[in-house]
Amino acid sequence: MSSPPTIDAARVAHDRKSGSPGSSVPVVRLQGAQARIGGRAVWSDVDFAIAEGEFAAILGPNGSGKTTLLRVLLGELPLAAGTASVLGRAPGAVSRQIGYLPQRRHFDATIRIRGIDLVRLGLDGARWGLPLRRSWRERVEEVIDLVGAGEYASRPIGRLSGGEQQRLLIAQALISRPKVLILDEPLDSLDLPNQTSVASLLSRICRQQGVTVLLVAHDVNPLLTYLDRVVYFGAGRAAVGTPHEVITADTLSRLYGVPIEVLHAADGRLVVVGLPEAPARHSDRHEHHDHD
Amino acid sequence: MTSHLPIAGLSVDLISDFRQLTAFPFMVNALEAGTVVAIMAGVVGWFMVLRRESFAGHSLSVMAFPGATFALLLGLSAAVGYYTFCGAGALVIGASAGAGTRRHRGEESAVTGAVQAFGLACGFLFLSLYQGVLAGYENLLFGDFLGITRGQVLTLAIVCVLTLGFFAVVGRPLLFASLDEPVARASGVPVRRVSLAFMLALGFTVAATAQITGALLVFALLIAPAATAQLITPRVGASLVLTVLLGMAITWAGLALAYFYNYPVGFYLTAVAFSVYLIARLARAAIDHPTLLHGRSRAVETPA
Repeated sequence: MSSPPTIDAARVAHDRKSGSPGSSVPVVRLQGAQARIGGRAVWSDVDFAIAEGEFAAILGPNGSGKTTLLRVLLGELPLAAGTASVLGRAPGAVSRQIGYLPQRRHFDATIRIRGIDLVRLGLDGARWGLPLRRSWRERVEEVIDLVGAGEYASRPIGRLSGGEQQRLLIAQALISRPKVLILDEPLDSLDLPNQTSVASLLSRICRQQGVTVLLVAHDVNPLLTYLDRVVYFGAGRAAVGTPHEVITADTLSRLYGVPIEVLHAADGRLVVVGLPEAPARHSDRHEHHDHD
Repeated sequence: MTSHLPIAGLSVDLISDFRQLTAFPFMVNALEAGTVVAIMAGVVGWFMVLRRESFAGHSLSVMAFPGATFALLLGLSAAVGYYTFCGAGALVIGASAGAGTRRHRGEESAVTGAVQAFGLACGFLFLSLYQGVLAGYENLLFGDFLGITRGQVLTLAIVCVLTLGFFAVVGRPLLFASLDEPVARASGVPVRRVSLAFMLALGFTVAATAQITGALLVFALLIAPAATAQLITPRVGASLVLTVLLGMAITWAGLALAYFYNYPVGFYLTAVAFSVYLIARLARAAIDHPTLLHGRSRAVETPA
């Protein structure tokens, strides 16, 4: 309860949510979960639940298993132990209700397809047969307005900036009205103003459309004021809670088993100091990975 | 070949030109076959350019050469050789695409290159094994537009309808998988199977086309119209239609030029295709980077 004053906004947002116990089934739930890749445990004993309409971030150093969690939730990687559910069902069984944005895809200038066509593929791209229905246009325009991409949606996607492309890809993920939006490093490789505006866009989508947003982030700071929940991976485990519960010297030191400092900059940014290198740690701890 | 025919020469009267062009059955066959090939190769080529699989397309067109010589060696119909070799090449290249992820692209192009070199070498082996007299084997490489039969036109039309049917069914998921593979996969598109099916369609199209344009010139009809159309418009539907129209225009122009000025069809075809592409490319550069053409002096003049 010794919340640092800098992240009060996040705390308020979280309290407002937890104060209204409307949804009974969590949107995402992991219980005693363990993921293994090539015989090596990436993480174990992971327990957490994310409620409907929450804005959650998956944090942790490189190689700590953030993207592995996304693969589990998308049904691409079965758990080695424990259970996982998405919208109350097995991962992979609900793919139509998940909007997914993989790690930064870049469309270079030689790809001469309109942004709007790419957005539309989110609606009917998986359907066989000729695209004869006309009803898509309204929904495409609606979702392009939602992300504020109306000005450049008809230009070739390859001619747009990273931030503009990212907004269109978010529109593509939202177009089929998913209940959950899963994003892998959506802020990665954007400049600072774009990081801030994409973070606030995602928060707006989460609050206004009631979409649960779960994203992997390398840097928590652009998201800090919006987050309800944080899953912090490290040393083969995960710490879960509100940002101010998790991103503290106490919690992170306990997670890693080494002293970690969390510095509060004057502008409200958090800096985590002393994180061990995740890959080195994994190979030290697990000797049985030769049969990869 | 056309020297003894009563040709008045190209005039400004398009109707009389057209009448001259269609005065002989061999020209009618060539124009019909060329139109069918332009439609088929255009649509397949459009996806090939978008998927950046031009190298695979080129290698498959080279496979037409060993296909034809192998059929010759065994005394089979040339068509059997074309479809067998291009189809088999498509399977090998398609299967080497691994899980179809970007990481495998390097490996894929290595396999493609190996297939191409081996195919070409086999073609020459079969040719030297063939004891009989082979008149004009350059037709295998550079095409035989003017020796097309009614039967060939009919076969082409059937293959074309099948190919268009394939794209009518698979086109959208294929477009999704081509542009945005990870999301297409997450949305339930069987990316691997769709990619392999496309490679097979490419192989069969190349086989059908190569019988007419020859192994080395398929490429002109496969790549130039599609690349040009994609430069002109970023709208998917318009771009596809434009590809087909450009392909038809290029084929007709090439055939007409060859008819009136007696040099090989293949040369005219590729020359027209290349010119059209070059013009589109320059125009695109001028529109996208207007400063390039004005040079540095202009930039210095207008700093304020």
